Amino acid sequence: MNVERNEEGYLKDFSQWTKEIGTEIAKENDIEMTDKHWEVITYLQDKFKNEDALSIRGIKKSGIINIKEFYALFPKGPLKVSTKIAGIPKPKSCI
Amino acid sequence: MPETKVKKMLFILSKATLDNVYAAFIMANGARMEGIEAEIFFTFFGLEAINKEKLDHLHVATVGNPAMHMPTMLGGLPGMEAIATKMMKKEMEKLDMPPVGEFLEILSDSGVKLWACKLAVEMFHLEEKDLIDDLDGILTIGDFYNRADTEDTHMLFV
Repeated sequence: MNVERNEEGYLKDFSQWTKEIGTEIAKENDIEMTDKHWEVITYLQDKFKNEDALSIRGIKKSGIINIKEFYALFPKGPLKVSTKIAGIPKPKSCI
Repeated sequence: MPETKVKKMLFILSKATLDNVYAAFIMANGARMEGIEAEIFFTFFGLEAINKEKLDHLHVATVGNPAMHMPTMLGGLPGMEAIATKMMKKEMEKLDMPPVGEFLEILSDSGVKLWACKLAVEMFHLEEKDLIDDLDGILTIGDFYNRADTEDTHMLFV
């Protein structure tokens, strides 16, 4: 993968992100991407572009996915993993 | 960055003051967000946080709380707790922190197991119908210890 990533595996520059890169990062995290996964990724990227903070409460209110499904799609820390796939920074919020 | 070694966090919540309830909730949610399992055992006054009638009316303590920076005499005046609670809730809303009822829903949906303490339920003459629908059950402390069934489980008393 020819992109710069930090020590935790997050892309350093979102403009370098492509769907192929997202798919690769997903594979590293044992996730096989489906349409539903991509729908969530697009939502997260839109939030990032609008400079909206991400939180689990925000996911609940997103209308895209509920929290249970979110955990099912991205196990082992859903926001951490999904933002990595989306090529955006790890959320800093405690909630 | 190395993966955390903590696999499961068990919380015992024994108090119903807003600051303690939020501390337990934020830590439990934070664990799930890191891929760590989490469970909360509500005992004694902590039961108020899962009591349908009470959970939306929890307060911060203004008496006996030196961090309020307020003379104890003042803190005991009528209405002081309500004012302090209102101020704290406003600040929390700014941080997009959910109210107690919504936070419990988020925890349950995130896979946090929520347990009521059998002894405390009996002591306060409560029944299952008095407690939130998302409750996973009523346990003895022995049952709760048995939930520490994996290596790298930690238990925290709040």
